[in-house]
Amino acid sequence: MSDTAVQTKEVTPQVSGAPVAADALQTRLDAMHLPAGGFTSAARADALTRLRDMGLPGPRDEYWRFTNPRDFNAPAPAPISVPEKMQDSPLFQDLDRLKLIFVDGEFDAVASDSLGLEGIQIETLAQADEVADHWAKGIYGSLEAAGQKPVNRPFAALNTVSARDGMLIRVTGKPSKPVHIVHRRASEDADVTWHHVIRAEEGAELTLLETGMVGARSNGMIEADLARGAKLNYIGARQAVHQKLELSHIFARVESEAQLKAFVLSVNGTLMRHETVVDIVGDDALAHVAGAVLGDGNDGPFHHDDTIFITHGGLRCESRQVYKKVLKNGAEGVFQGKILVKPGAQKTDGYQISQALLLDERSQFLAKPELEIYADDVVCSHGSTTGAIDETALFYLRSRGVPKERAIVFLVLSFLADALEEIEDEDLRGQISDRLEAWLTRHENQ
Amino acid sequence: MLKINNLHVKLEEEDKQILKGLSLEVPAGQVHAIMGPNGSGKSTLSYVLSGRDGYEVTEGEATLDGNDLLDLEPEERAAAGLFLAFQYPVEIPGVGNMTFLRTAVNAQRKARGLAEMSSAEFLKAIRAKAAELQIDAEMLKRPVNVGFSGGEKKRNEILQMAMLEPRMCIMDETDSGLDVDAMRLVADGVNALRSPDRSFLVITHYQRLLNHIQPDVVHIMSNGRIVKSGGPELALQVEEEGYGDLLAEAG
Ligand SMILES: Nc1ncnc2c1ncn2[C@@H]1O[C@H](COP(=O)(O)OP(=O)(O)OP(=O)(O)O)[C@@H](O)[C@H]1O
Ligand SMILES: [Mg+2]
Repeated sequence: MSDTAVQTKEVTPQVSGAPVAADALQTRLDAMHLPAGGFTSAARADALTRLRDMGLPGPRDEYWRFTNPRDFNAPAPAPISVPEKMQDSPLFQDLDRLKLIFVDGEFDAVASDSLGLEGIQIETLAQADEVADHWAKGIYGSLEAAGQKPVNRPFAALNTVSARDGMLIRVTGKPSKPVHIVHRRASEDADVTWHHVIRAEEGAELTLLETGMVGARSNGMIEADLARGAKLNYIGARQAVHQKLELSHIFARVESEAQLKAFVLSVNGTLMRHETVVDIVGDDALAHVAGAVLGDGNDGPFHHDDTIFITHGGLRCESRQVYKKVLKNGAEGVFQGKILVKPGAQKTDGYQISQALLLDERSQFLAKPELEIYADDVVCSHGSTTGAIDETALFYLRSRGVPKERAIVFLVLSFLADALEEIEDEDLRGQISDRLEAWLTRHENQ
Repeated sequence: MLKINNLHVKLEEEDKQILKGLSLEVPAGQVHAIMGPNGSGKSTLSYVLSGRDGYEVTEGEATLDGNDLLDLEPEERAAAGLFLAFQYPVEIPGVGNMTFLRTAVNAQRKARGLAEMSSAEFLKAIRAKAAELQIDAEMLKRPVNVGFSGGEKKRNEILQMAMLEPRMCIMDETDSGLDVDAMRLVADGVNALRSPDRSFLVITHYQRLLNHIQPDVVHIMSNGRIVKSGGPELALQVEEEGYGDLLAEAG
């Protein structure tokens, strides 16, 4: 187990604090085409006030020391060329699912399946703007706002301010198939904010899949509100060309006996930050969040940051954080994870593991695991490890005739297995595993 | 088939000499046994022959069918027909036994210019061989050696050997940890593989295995060298008298 030291990086010092930051924020806002009107307007105004208060993050902010926010602060991303023939990822293609297509963050009704499915109401944020007293009104921006304490998350507030589209999904039953959101790109310089709101009513269940690449830069968010006994399985695999800049957020509120299971696969990407904030407010609830990351610095700089905050506020709840990163050719991984157990949240079972497999000496992993516990009858553990390929296992495989590169693929999959185990459905897990294997095979000889 | 001549090996990281001029020849179709006190270098010999990192050959040579072994990568040695049943088989969580073994079989077939085995062919072959070794088919679905008992791991080594059909089989204490019945199964497995163009080098501490697998020659190894070679009766002598007199006599 090792807590890795803070990495120091050259950054341009900000000359005089607040005014410069305020200018930077204004420039950032001016560069966006902000939405107007609709049921989210009050939430957006509130988020804007909060955002102006906190300003954009700087490299000295406690949770931005390992990840330089510069490219997220910049008014616009560098363009990324769009190939003439863009293919959707093969992931989940052969599954019976309800497919929803977004192009540069805008819902494409023509390319998508019809939204009717028993046990679920689906609308888009852009369309729902017309409706006055919308069910999502009490959720949009409010889970995000609640998640701003005790740590500021400026980009989350920025997301609430600037989101123009996303899915609003209200689950009332157990729909017969998963919902699959597919992102596609159209323009080279799209700077996209997407924002989904999910409300799972009592006992309702949904599997939500999300794949594809969003813009040259994206800031995404899911706000998920799980009522008593509801269940949400989320699998995100926002794979992409290498240059992308990606921020994404999950804010979840989990009531009694509800279950949240989220797994995110990340391959490629210049700079990625995934924040997951889970607030367990009831008893006997469960939240499992997991991630698998593959980064190869040979394609250009690679930096991936998972920042997790799980709050236990109920009795007998279980949370697990399982994060695994495979890094090669100078790729960088960051994990910041916290479990907070509130006073009275007895019999909490909290678990957190973050591990990196470094395939060479140039790659690095920085971890900041934290526990904060205000109840006395709890079991919480956290661990973080950084390691290399196990030479004995490698020799064992090779001695059977498995070529070295192939043997390394096996051992990487072996390393990632615990994170994949968090995907409940065997078929979905198999598809993710195949995708990992394909990536590893493509990157074998680099 | 296997020829080792005046082999000197030291640890790469330390100035420690482990093999000190070892010579040995195993002709095609024969079974040779190596016995010797703990720490005499038996496992080191098996690792050096199969290409594990961390050892440096300072002198001598080892050839398989006249081809230099020591310059090859471990997977190339496997493709050339060498197999090592490990003293301590390795657990690999998250990698299925079947997937692993099929990859190994097909990688070797490919290296030898043979067509790959289809899933169906492979499944049929492995089911039959697992049944002979009384390995539960369910176990094959599990990750490599994970949750296997000590004896099950050893049987799994022999299953791999049977599937890979190597020409030169080195077995490092495959008998240790096996119950009496399992030892007979393993011995039957080995005997079924015996053929005029396949050889075995069996490292063991106990004469009992050699009752089931009749060796042609028994070598006594001590302090990094073969100090005495003889017929099966040598193993009996070790069993009865220990190494004391034998080693003293060999000087
Ligand atoms: N990687 C290593 N590092 C340090 N010492 C080593 C290493 N490998 C082997 N040795 C030493 O070399 C000697 C020979 O070891 P080896 O495992 O080959 O013996 P062995 O004959 O197989 O013993 P056993 O009968 O107990 O299995 C021992 O003294 C051992 O401690
Ligand atoms: Mg040994």
